[in-house]
Amino acid sequence: MIESHLPAYIALTFVLFSVLIPAFGLWRSELSHPIAVLGGGIAAGFSLFGFIDVINDGSIRYFFGGWEPPVGIEFVYDGLSAFFVLVINVVAFFVLIHSHHISKREFPGKEMPYYSLAMLMMLGFNGMIMTGDLFNLYVFLEIASLAGYALIAIGDRPAPYAAFRYLIIGTAGGTLYLLGVGFMYTVTGTLNIIDMAAMLPMLYESNAVFAALILMIVGIGVKAALFPMHGWLPDSYTYASSSSTALIAPIGTKVAAYILFRIILWLFGIEITDAVAPISYFVGVLACIGILYGSIMAIAQSEMKRMLAYSSISQIGYIIMGLSLANPWGFAGALLHVLNHAIMKACLFMISGQLRLKEGHSDISRFDDGYRKKYPWTMAYFTIAAISMIGLPPLAGFFSKWYLALGTIDNSNWLFLAVILISSLLNAVYFFRVLEKVYMMDPSKGQKEPTDAKRDEASASMLWPTGILAVSLIVIGFANAVIVGVLLDIFPM
Amino acid sequence: MDLSLVPLLAVLVSLIAVVPILLSSTKPNLREFWTILAAAIKFGLVLLLLPGALEGESVELHLVDLAPGLPLALKADPLGVFFAVIASGLWIFTSFYSIGYVRGAGEHKQTRYFASFAVCLSATIGIAFSANLLTFILFYEMLTVATYPLVIHNEKKEAVDAGRKYLAFTLTAGLLLVAASAMVYHYTGTIDFTPGGVFDGVELPHTAMLVLFIMFLGAVGVKAGIMPIHGWLPAAMAAPTPVSALLHAVAVVKSGVFAVLRVVGYVFGTDVMGDYNLNDILIILAGTTIILASLIAFNQDNLKRRLAYSTVGHLSYIVLGIALLTPIGMTGGIMHIAAHATMKITLFFCAGAIYVNLHRTEISNLNGIAKVMPWTMGSFAIGSMGLAGIPPINGFFSKWNLALGSLEGDMIIPVIVLVVSGLLNVGYFFPILYRAYFKPGEGLKKYGEASPLMVVPIVITAALSVLFGLFPNLFFNFFDLAVDISSTLFNNGSP
Repeated sequence: MIESHLPAYIALTFVLFSVLIPAFGLWRSELSHPIAVLGGGIAAGFSLFGFIDVINDGSIRYFFGGWEPPVGIEFVYDGLSAFFVLVINVVAFFVLIHSHHISKREFPGKEMPYYSLAMLMMLGFNGMIMTGDLFNLYVFLEIASLAGYALIAIGDRPAPYAAFRYLIIGTAGGTLYLLGVGFMYTVTGTLNIIDMAAMLPMLYESNAVFAALILMIVGIGVKAALFPMHGWLPDSYTYASSSSTALIAPIGTKVAAYILFRIILWLFGIEITDAVAPISYFVGVLACIGILYGSIMAIAQSEMKRMLAYSSISQIGYIIMGLSLANPWGFAGALLHVLNHAIMKACLFMISGQLRLKEGHSDISRFDDGYRKKYPWTMAYFTIAAISMIGLPPLAGFFSKWYLALGTIDNSNWLFLAVILISSLLNAVYFFRVLEKVYMMDPSKGQKEPTDAKRDEASASMLWPTGILAVSLIVIGFANAVIVGVLLDIFPM
Repeated sequence: MDLSLVPLLAVLVSLIAVVPILLSSTKPNLREFWTILAAAIKFGLVLLLLPGALEGESVELHLVDLAPGLPLALKADPLGVFFAVIASGLWIFTSFYSIGYVRGAGEHKQTRYFASFAVCLSATIGIAFSANLLTFILFYEMLTVATYPLVIHNEKKEAVDAGRKYLAFTLTAGLLLVAASAMVYHYTGTIDFTPGGVFDGVELPHTAMLVLFIMFLGAVGVKAGIMPIHGWLPAAMAAPTPVSALLHAVAVVKSGVFAVLRVVGYVFGTDVMGDYNLNDILIILAGTTIILASLIAFNQDNLKRRLAYSTVGHLSYIVLGIALLTPIGMTGGIMHIAAHATMKITLFFCAGAIYVNLHRTEISNLNGIAKVMPWTMGSFAIGSMGLAGIPPINGFFSKWNLALGSLEGDMIIPVIVLVVSGLLNVGYFFPILYRAYFKPGEGLKKYGEASPLMVVPIVITAALSVLFGLFPNLFFNFFDLAVDISSTLFNNGSP
């Protein structure tokens, strides 16, 4: 009966390994990395197994200790949570493999606490996704956040400041969410999402429910870096160590986006969400502003990690915009973009880490055409991920935009459609700028001869994960019809 | 014989060739062998499809679903085969010519050059054989990306700027195409190319149809060089000349006009175009472009830029032919795809030969060169006279049909445009010939003809222009094919 215990196993894997790593790491520090990879691998395996199981046999409600709600706490492992768990655990697994050399270089001697915290953060993320209880969700959110603050604080000199700023803003966000949960509990008398959802239609147009909805969206919006609550993100992602950023950036905001999906589409339902005021449209507009703002700011950056950080603000906007459309195409586009963006951003941040390791910086203005010779494979993977970010077919990124476009058209929402198109162009600007630097001589600096450089490719433990992620973008591009077919089934209405 | 895989193979052969091309980067002769081999195989495969196309048959192949219900599908219909024959046939000549050119000019990064070229050809054949808009988008964007390294090839300031301009125009166009296709899918539930259009039984408000058409026009008009969105094309002349010859006179720009044809004939359909008066927009834009581009061409001293503006003008001949919405006009437009291809590629080849041989790019420096490069300039004379519409070269034949088509539709102004444009063509081409033949040249003693790898393709393409002009059905029954294609686009798709 392994299937029915799967949700618990996934969470427990991370608990177990967060303890195992210090246990072995204190004895032999170099063991931390392989153990973390093992833990990430086991969790990813469970998630894959579980996802297939849910697709075939339907969702699992797992009651801890056999206590059914409202007495006990449950994990709800349905299509949506299984999908998110799969995405974040698989991506995290690749990032963990990749981080070996970077962690040794960027924070020598601190690998043990780093990997242990990484496991705790993954526990928090997985718990947030799987739990069926709003308060329990808050607990996991704090676990993930506290571990996240610590992981971000490891890095460049300004990193602790960035982490502290994130801590203040993030705690405020968490508290707002908790306040919202309190309101909901007062009105409904339950914390279980499924029970609460059943009661809400009776509370149509209740002020308390409306206030709770706003509080929860704003609180989680902070974590998702939804414009204008994104302020913490650029500094955190830029100054944190490359391996922390590569781990947090692709999945952290996605998990917050997941909660918004769960709250708006499952808990409240789109009708109650929009009962008092057109909240979903308002959220969509914020997402649109975020998309444009993030893209424009990304163009203005010369530091690659910072550029990618702003790009993340923009990309999370796509996901939340798809949610706000609340129709099947928008939903499928948003979830496909969760997958695509997690892979693309992981790949890009990992490459920026590799460049920092090799060159000591990731300042785009100092890139030259020697990179093409020094890192032919790395740059090839970068190109694939960049073209996918721009959204050119047949790469994965094109298709999430295609479905999002269909979603906007289904709602006759021409404003959002225009935003998708304009943002794609802006993406092209900031990625082709890098590609120009790497693949061409620089005529503006009067360069006449190609830079002479010897091949100095990153080691296999970094090249393989980036390579697999980059190639998977092509595979997803061609296989997206299958994935979207599954995603359309998950849509709750 | 089962031909169902042939369209796919025709697309893939040059894409597969990229691998050996990259692997043999240190052995130029072997590398160029792969290019020639791929070109020959591709042309052979396309020819296999021709007999069926002449019978009006199509070869269809559904690959994976790109999106639920929207397959990656290839369909070699008569129009697709027509375009594919031209593109793949001329690739053979361009390949030989390219070898002579890049070696003669001592170009750097030749491997990247040949590899990108091969990808471009895959994309072009993919465009020709796309069965629906989504597949079309895929190859259309692939063409954009693969052409970029060729545009920026010499990596000088001018080329980099041209590359940026090129991307800005074509990526915007690609996005418009995505949005427009998504809207068609939303309104009609299909994005398959259907002779007679997909809007059968779908009533849309006039404004909606107009907006949709303008989006499509923006999407395909960029590559078709319709003014005012032609700006990338003259800038892209920074590319090496064989690129200008095949891509910016044949593959890329003809993909643009081919897309216009697909949109007009297979998405909107000639009936819808007429009912909503959408073709009027197209006629006005094309007519204006023809005249303006010819006038601008006068002012260009750089030979390639003059040819580029000439290209802009002639692309709009084709668009005009399509927009007339008469069977003969459509036939003329389709024929001009082939006619302009052979003539303009000849002219660009000549410009490249002159550059490699004499290092001259400005028209004012071409005095007396016909004495040292008689074959090249003879071919140039044929090509330029053909574009001016002088019989018996094939430009006359397509222009004749265009004029007949406008009269068939009771339209006089297009005829006037064609006549004026013919005169302007004479006006901007003859000074070049005059200088080359009748003005005394300086410092030409030590030069002779360019290398045979370049001259032979030039003479062949010039000869093709004459032969097609005299006997439009000589090879592959091209004229009959064009007539058949245009007849399927009227009378609700029944020939």
